[in-house]
Amino acid sequence: MSIGSEARANETVLLKQSRREEWALLGLASPAILTVLIVMVLPVGWLFYLSFLADDGSFSLEHYNRMLESKAYGRIFMTTFEVSFLTTGLCILIGYPLAYFLSQLSPRMAALCMLTVLLPFWTSLLVRTYAWLVLLQRKGLINSWAIDLGLWDEPLKLVHNLNGTLIGMVHIMLPFLVLPLYGSMKAISADYLKASSNLGAGPSQTFWNIFFPLSLPGLFAGALIVFVLCLGFFVTPAVLGGGKVIMVSMQITSNIELFFNWGAASALGVVLLVITLAILLAASRLLKLDNVLGGGH
Amino acid sequence: MNWLNRPASETQITHGQRLWLYILATVIMILLVAPTVIVIPMSFSASQYLEFPPREWSLRWYEHYLNSPEWIQATWTSLKAGFFTMCVATPIGTAAAYGLFVTKHPLSRMFYVLLITPIMIPVILIAIAAFYVFVQIRMVNSMFGLVIAHSILALPLVLIVISAALKSFDMNLEMAARSLGASRFTAFMDVTLPQIRFSVLTAALLSFLTSFDEVIVAMFVSGGDNSTLTRNMFNALRDQIDPTIASISTIMIVISSSLLILTQLFRKSRD
Amino acid sequence: MSKQQALPISISGLTKVYGDIFALNDVDLEVQSGEFLTLLGPSGSGKTTLLMALAGFTRPDFGSIRFGEDEIISMPPHKRGVGMVFQNYALFPHMTVAANVGYPLKLRKTPKAEAEKLVADALETVQLGGYGERRISQLSGGQKQRVALARAIVFSPRILLMDEPLSALDKNLREHMQIELRHLHEKLGMTTVYVTHDQREALTMSDRIAVINHGRLMQLDTPRTIYERPANRFIAEFIGESTFLQVERDGDRVSFSGTELKTGALPAAGKLALVVRPERLSVLDGPPTPDTNVFSGTVRDLVYQGDTVLAYVTLADGTDLTVRAGTRTGEPIEKASIGDRLELGLKSADAVLIPREEA
Repeated sequence: MSIGSEARANETVLLKQSRREEWALLGLASPAILTVLIVMVLPVGWLFYLSFLADDGSFSLEHYNRMLESKAYGRIFMTTFEVSFLTTGLCILIGYPLAYFLSQLSPRMAALCMLTVLLPFWTSLLVRTYAWLVLLQRKGLINSWAIDLGLWDEPLKLVHNLNGTLIGMVHIMLPFLVLPLYGSMKAISADYLKASSNLGAGPSQTFWNIFFPLSLPGLFAGALIVFVLCLGFFVTPAVLGGGKVIMVSMQITSNIELFFNWGAASALGVVLLVITLAILLAASRLLKLDNVLGGGH
Repeated sequence: MNWLNRPASETQITHGQRLWLYILATVIMILLVAPTVIVIPMSFSASQYLEFPPREWSLRWYEHYLNSPEWIQATWTSLKAGFFTMCVATPIGTAAAYGLFVTKHPLSRMFYVLLITPIMIPVILIAIAAFYVFVQIRMVNSMFGLVIAHSILALPLVLIVISAALKSFDMNLEMAARSLGASRFTAFMDVTLPQIRFSVLTAALLSFLTSFDEVIVAMFVSGGDNSTLTRNMFNALRDQIDPTIASISTIMIVISSSLLILTQLFRKSRD
Repeated sequence: MSKQQALPISISGLTKVYGDIFALNDVDLEVQSGEFLTLLGPSGSGKTTLLMALAGFTRPDFGSIRFGEDEIISMPPHKRGVGMVFQNYALFPHMTVAANVGYPLKLRKTPKAEAEKLVADALETVQLGGYGERRISQLSGGQKQRVALARAIVFSPRILLMDEPLSALDKNLREHMQIELRHLHEKLGMTTVYVTHDQREALTMSDRIAVINHGRLMQLDTPRTIYERPANRFIAEFIGESTFLQVERDGDRVSFSGTELKTGALPAAGKLALVVRPERLSVLDGPPTPDTNVFSGTVRDLVYQGDTVLAYVTLADGTDLTVRAGTRTGEPIEKASIGDRLELGLKSADAVLIPREEA
């Protein structure tokens, strides 16, 4: 391609102006970016550095070695993954029918029923965890009702263990799955379903051949959010797990609060961060994260 | 049962055939809401123990809460932190969302992702990172530190809400204002901002709630006179099940559900 | 609203590249003072980019734009003082009609009483007197269009830009508004640059049409010349219907299938094609006049379209010609049926030659 006119009038002025405008617009984002850099990125980098320091201040891989060797750490990571997988799986099983139900309602009914998803979403996580503690404890509501109804004779141990943790976490995570899933279900054009019926598919064939595959991106996005949030979860397992469910974030806390061991805590944090980012990165290759998080353009 | 035989969707499946779905979904919706709601009547119990339904009603646990200087202090701290977080995160988040939305600079995508990361990475990491820095510069237990740390957590929400609003906003309106003689800033204030105002309010409420409900960061960087409500609640939960918490929980439920209703009203008036 | 001093626009060497696509490729264009000039082209041709460059919303890579004597290429949009009507009206939904129209006056700090009068006048001009307190959402499409226009002219800009302003209206209203815009332009006398992809709209409204394609100015002339003397195949195809016949050239003489053609002026050297407009062909039922070229062929298909009949006629060499004939009783086309032989006449003045582009 050749550029017709040899005299490129005003080229420098226009280029300078264009640059200035781009920087001014980016400048609008600078307070936010600086805050995140100073209070999050730099300190996390610092922790990264600390994780490679031995107690005497020399460079070492001691914290990482300990993580690999110690059975206790291995168990903590196992627990973290176990809890995250189970929570995500249960959320899918419970959330899919719910999102499907919501997507089939009239706008008015959907808005009303959606409140049952949004209300917990907006309610403090601590309050919801507390509510489950009250319901599930030995003399709690569920045990006393079940005994009154004759479902079981002795109070069951429903909380301060893995079961209680899972119940609480599924309850807290469910909206994170249902909201993106509902969005992707609403985006499925009814014409596809009509076309499928017209071509001779029964309702269940239409569902499995057309609707379900089209809803998968939303399902993946929701499951990804749930899984990643679970990995770093703290409050619910700490309260409902009763010390029997120890997740990575809880170990980080005790390393700092009880043992003042910044190096060990940082190393754990770095590993947790790397796992989280790796999952997000892998997932963003597989599906468009933009659809989930909204994006520039 | 005429309704049961009527088709429920394009595929001509009837409501009757879907009854199982309706029942299942109803059970799930009840399970989603009930645990939270059930705390409310329990907080009005007169007994030492949490009962449902309470055998005797009283306001004793609310009195207990109101008469406790620590709880009141913590409530004020949380309200203040929430308010300041809202005041910090909303304007800088909105400015960032606008700048990154309008610019065609290749870096804008990267900056957007950077500003979103705080909701993707484990909060514990942000908490100890902020704690570490605040220890060095003696800002632990200060309101300022708490607000800045909470603002980082609120920024992604502001960014997501405002970006979505800008996407559905017709940028031609801003161009029209500029063609009529308004500078970019005037056009934003006169035209764009009024059009996205409900989203800005939603973003502000979300920022407030993010701070108000936040536990982990508060656990590390708040303390002493500046202990937040959630921090105190969390510590109390680990010790015993104090019915006072039920009354505080009720108050928090009332606050968040009224904010939720507010946003729903915004949505209505926007349509 | 009084007639005012309009400004000429002078564009030279204007270029804008997106990636490796030229949105504007070395465009030179003079818009005369007070003229109604239409930028016509298919979507993606660069016509909107050019308008946006005039308004200041697209920054060209280089080139020059002058309003009157002043170079304005690096001036921000809000200082250019041009009125602009946007495709989807771009009315501010949170303001009343009067507030919308008064907005440019508010920005110019016009005293309140004067502003109110100007707003009332502008609304009167677009025949919306008394609509000031309405909300935008209460208006019909045509009324929104008028408000957008009132807002663009209320501050008496000397240049008015319009970006497909009628594209959202239905056909009848659109045709009505075309005439009205034309009258308004005559009354106000602002230099007007109008963008459209609708050739009929361009032909109806403009003093001159600038045909744009691939970021280049293809032809700039009056509607009649553009239609009757298209400069190239793209223009002949884009504006009106045409069939093209490959003709042989021998010096100043042009022939088709061995028969010499009577034509108007010949373009400069090179291979040629004959542009045949379906409505310029006539079905002959007697001996042709001396200045008529005759083509004979077989009717392949007849399509009745109400006001006209379209006949597809295959010539001896296999090329198809399309003839459009009126449906008045007694027209020779009435007797034709598929398979008949027809004699078609083309007057020498209607025989337009264009350079042939090898496909």
